Amino acid sequence: MFSSLMNWVDERFPATKMWKEHLSEYYAPKNFNFWYFFGSLALLILVLQIVTGIFLTMHYKPDTSLAFASVEYIMRDVEWGWLIRYLHSTGASAFFVVVYLHMFRGLIYGSYKQPRELVWIFGMLIYLALMAEAFMGYLLPWGQMSYWGAQVIISLFAQVPFIGSELALWIRGDFVIADATLNRFFAFHVIAVPLVLLGLVVAHIIALHEVGSNNPDGVDIKKHKDKNGIPLDGIPFHPYYSVKDIVGVTVFLFIFSLILFYAPEFGGWFIEYANFIPADPFKTPEHIAPVWYFTPFYAILRAVPSIAGSAFPGVAAMGLSIVFLFLLPWLDRSPVKSIRYRGPYFRFALVLFIISFIALGYLGTQGVTDLYTLLSQVFSVIYFAFFIFMPFYTKADKDKPVPERVTFK
Amino acid sequence: MKKLIFTLLMSLFVAGQAVAASGGIHLDKVEVDLSDQASLQRGAKTFVNYCLSCHEAAYMRYNRMAKDIGLTDKQVMDSLMFASDKVGDTMTVAMRAEDAKRWFGVTPPDLSVIARAKGTDWLYTYLRTFYLDSAKAMGTNNSVFKDVGMPHVLWQQQGYLTNDHSEHGLTKTSEGELSTHEYNVMIKDLVNFLAYIGEPSKIQRLALAKWVLLYLVLFFLVAYPMKKAFWRDIH
Amino acid sequence: MSNNVDNDKRRFLTTAASVVVGGAGTVAVAIPFVSSMFPSAKAYAAGAPVEVDISKLESGQQITVEWRGKPVWIIKRSPETIANLATQDDILLDPESTTSSQQPNYTANQTRSIKAEIMVLVGICTHLGCSPTYRPELAPEDLGAEWKGGFSCPCHGSKFDLAGRVHKNVPAPINLEVPPHYFLGDNRILIGEDAKGAA
Repeated sequence: MFSSLMNWVDERFPATKMWKEHLSEYYAPKNFNFWYFFGSLALLILVLQIVTGIFLTMHYKPDTSLAFASVEYIMRDVEWGWLIRYLHSTGASAFFVVVYLHMFRGLIYGSYKQPRELVWIFGMLIYLALMAEAFMGYLLPWGQMSYWGAQVIISLFAQVPFIGSELALWIRGDFVIADATLNRFFAFHVIAVPLVLLGLVVAHIIALHEVGSNNPDGVDIKKHKDKNGIPLDGIPFHPYYSVKDIVGVTVFLFIFSLILFYAPEFGGWFIEYANFIPADPFKTPEHIAPVWYFTPFYAILRAVPSIAGSAFPGVAAMGLSIVFLFLLPWLDRSPVKSIRYRGPYFRFALVLFIISFIALGYLGTQGVTDLYTLLSQVFSVIYFAFFIFMPFYTKADKDKPVPERVTFK
Repeated sequence: MKKLIFTLLMSLFVAGQAVAASGGIHLDKVEVDLSDQASLQRGAKTFVNYCLSCHEAAYMRYNRMAKDIGLTDKQVMDSLMFASDKVGDTMTVAMRAEDAKRWFGVTPPDLSVIARAKGTDWLYTYLRTFYLDSAKAMGTNNSVFKDVGMPHVLWQQQGYLTNDHSEHGLTKTSEGELSTHEYNVMIKDLVNFLAYIGEPSKIQRLALAKWVLLYLVLFFLVAYPMKKAFWRDIH
Repeated sequence: MSNNVDNDKRRFLTTAASVVVGGAGTVAVAIPFVSSMFPSAKAYAAGAPVEVDISKLESGQQITVEWRGKPVWIIKRSPETIANLATQDDILLDPESTTSSQQPNYTANQTRSIKAEIMVLVGICTHLGCSPTYRPELAPEDLGAEWKGGFSCPCHGSKFDLAGRVHKNVPAPINLEVPPHYFLGDNRILIGEDAKGAA
């Protein structure tokens, strides 16, 4: 019965073929470790954000005079509204936690290297779209941090030489952040950017499945195949990794629920306290900082002083800090992918990079003092040095021999 | 590795608490307990008698409050509702915003989510540190909110404090109806109530939490053996 | 053979023409969409000038009014404050207010005002648009002993004196903006317009 139905479908739509290609006959290396949970977790959160987002739009009002109240309406008067809203707000931060860990995995196992350059590029584009999505979503509750965060970020565009002020005007749709801005951010947040995100996620997965997954050893499993052409160290994604990922999802949801139910503001990191004060265009809060996932780049922005009457260099440095991530596949000259077989230079550089990224993230949350500015400058230099000198230290590195087959115990 | 991530998350959380700290002013700690309905009821009484004449809590409904703090609609209508007659109404005030602005220089802020914006320690300290200051139009100033437009509404209860600008802070120079301890309890109840109206759903949230976590543990207990069973044949 | 060459040529030319004409059409269709995101007629209309009564303004006091959705500050400066303005040149980036976009010509003087005691400023930091805090006190703990009163930005630590002139070595690159304004009488200011005849 079922198989004849599937036959009928398959003659008209390649359902079984797609199932096989992407799941039951997609051969993934058998030695995936902890770091390989975060891809499927990111997909899970994407779905969570879309579903909770749809239900939030049923009650939210993108109007400067109603927005703040409509969020409180969701939190109090809508049945289970508080849960849906907290799922969405906690989900936003969880998305970045998972994506940063996913990117870190790529970094340590060289998953961006040939032939996976496009997987990395699509992933970076997803990351950019995600930042746009998060930034615009943060304006919607129309609290003080929403308003002043958007004010600062849109002013970044105003620093672009020549067209800057027109550009900022075009983004805002008014001379200041106003109803027009809120309304368009709503449109971008709920439909435009999510569509782009979905498309990019599909491209990311298709590109991955075309070249196959990397693994913690960074060896190519397609070099050794059995007589049927199946990689000896490969196992079908379904059922092996689907059952494994379900365990990962359960552990993730446990931590996620701990935060959601016991500390949804996460001590001011996920929902900033000042955002419980409605937006006031005349009064900047005493201490403004972006949400944690933007702070490393924000610290880079602040580290660069104005040059010749223009704040553009800081903006350019911030942009460049992300551009360099895109270039990673071509900056890394090592023949070895995985950190397990990399030499000391890369390991040392990576440790410095991670330290400076976290330090910048911390500094971006803090107020401005001379010491913090100096520290931001030092860590910004390390951040950029990691990329700029990468072609040299990866080439000169004393890499270890890479085994023929994956290690699996 | 998982342990490392968890430690990292938790240390972030602890660091996060520091972000909320006020700009260098020492705040007295207060324990908030939403399950203490007697405290919430006393806080509600103080709130409607002394705060609600000028401040609104325009997102908080009377009947929701009744249910959550253990009162009947009838009790709330009889003793806690002065500004409105429908128990499904929210806690609004009749005073016009323009009048308020003329009297106090600013419109008194809505208090629905004030506990979430300012923190309960801040509120607890703020409401206990008004002191005499002849330079101000209202005759009083505040230690944690300098030059605040709000007068010392509870002077009858607390009495008056003076600030000799020494390390010790404020000293009581005229007695109120309540002892210092009684006044502290009154403010604690009020802050407890403000914390409650800041997020009434928190009661449901905390009640649901353990069941969700329990379910996830249960699911783990079946999902993990499933994973093990499938992976037995991978060598 | 020649037929083939002709056809190749024909294909190339018609394709090129289609790309050009089609591309022009696409750009034309994009214009209304892109333009729709610029400020609407409603937003432009909201920029009307604002009249302010300053008869109750006390010395050292700051009031904030709204003009084009932005905060505009009016501050009454004391004679000491005005005298202090002249002593700050070495810590200021542009004491002479040479950037013409930041003030109308009639306030391009040392006090950046029409009447020295009345300062009118757009309360938006020239760095990234936060609203600086009015700090008129002398030498407060957090701003240092040299502080002669001014504005300090909570976002990125930019500092300005009481004429809105930016300090050296802070993120903000230029002085705060003085909006066009003029006195309607001793105690009334119109913000948002130059006096008739002045420019």
